[in-house]
Amino acid sequence: MSSDLTIKVGMADLNIASDGEILKTTGLGSCVGITLFDPKKHLAGMAHIMLPSSSIAREVPINVAKYADTAIPSLIEKLLAKGATMSALQAKIAGGSQMFSLPGQTDTLRIGPRNVESSIQLLQEYKIPLLSSDTGGNYGRTIEFNSTSGILSIRSVQFGTKEI
Amino acid sequence: MANFNRFEAFELDVLKEVGNIGAGNAATALSTLLNKPIDMAVPSVRIVPFEEVAEKVGGPEKVVVAVFLRVDGDAPGNMFFIMQEHSVNGLMQQLLNIDRNENEPYSDLEHSTLCEIGNILAGSYLSALADFTNLSLLPSVPAVVKDMAGPILSYGIIQYGEMGDTALLIETQFIEDNKSLDGHFFLIPDPASFEILFKSLGVGQ
Repeated sequence: MSSDLTIKVGMADLNIASDGEILKTTGLGSCVGITLFDPKKHLAGMAHIMLPSSSIAREVPINVAKYADTAIPSLIEKLLAKGATMSALQAKIAGGSQMFSLPGQTDTLRIGPRNVESSIQLLQEYKIPLLSSDTGGNYGRTIEFNSTSGILSIRSVQFGTKEI
Repeated sequence: MANFNRFEAFELDVLKEVGNIGAGNAATALSTLLNKPIDMAVPSVRIVPFEEVAEKVGGPEKVVVAVFLRVDGDAPGNMFFIMQEHSVNGLMQQLLNIDRNENEPYSDLEHSTLCEIGNILAGSYLSALADFTNLSLLPSVPAVVKDMAGPILSYGIIQYGEMGDTALLIETQFIEDNKSLDGHFFLIPDPASFEILFKSLGVGQ
């Protein structure tokens, strides 16, 4: 499904959509795709985060879309600026897999599960209900988020397409 | 820590030579294993935006087969040997005399064979590099997956995320004469390893 209405979200990137547009990000591995949706106004946002927390950032200035703790507030801000209602926002997340597991691996290689934990915690802090999620496992995902229906479609090599 | 975004041309050349020495040895090992000539492209050293790490192997959604090894020791990093499915089938045909059906999952024997190819390539790559640099470089046990190229390679560049939106890849393409085997070998040193590599080669920062 790649029409003119598809808005691509890159790695460590975020964007918002409305009026039937579709947000798409490809190849989520340990990264997590976070979507926010205002069902009344049909406004949608998507972030493709790579790391759980900006506290480990050594870049100046930081890319806010890369870290769960900076991407979520930035996405909220963009949606509110477009007219979304804070209390109406709903979240869905996908990704956070562990592509490879090797014996005795260090914590940095458990990054997928940590990205998921951090995303869930941040959503709780902002009191945004997490409607559904498809996380973990050891495979990659490509996701598309429909700004009209709020349906998140998830495609993987092993399991085909599913919708949450 | 060495800022790889500001590497001078000669520093990139040094890394290219690292790729040349390692991959040259690995290509020889692969050629011995298959008893066939293997051509090797000139290694490329590229600083690429995260979004483009999978471009050389067909883009983020291209389904590929990857053998991954973690490099431990003095200059840690990640290694990937990435092939298209048809190359894997060609390898199985040559090594095991098995005609595979593309969509079948790998048998234990095929899985072990892929791991062993990863072991041989990584072992020969790293031993050449270790001799050249006098560093201790030890490959982990290999892991094999068939999945989209984006998630596979992005697993190897996570450590770059803390520093910016680009990663440094040392990449070499292996091709057999009739193209029945076409593989890409990636060495992605951890960002902290560059200083150690340069120092070991007498290139001061």
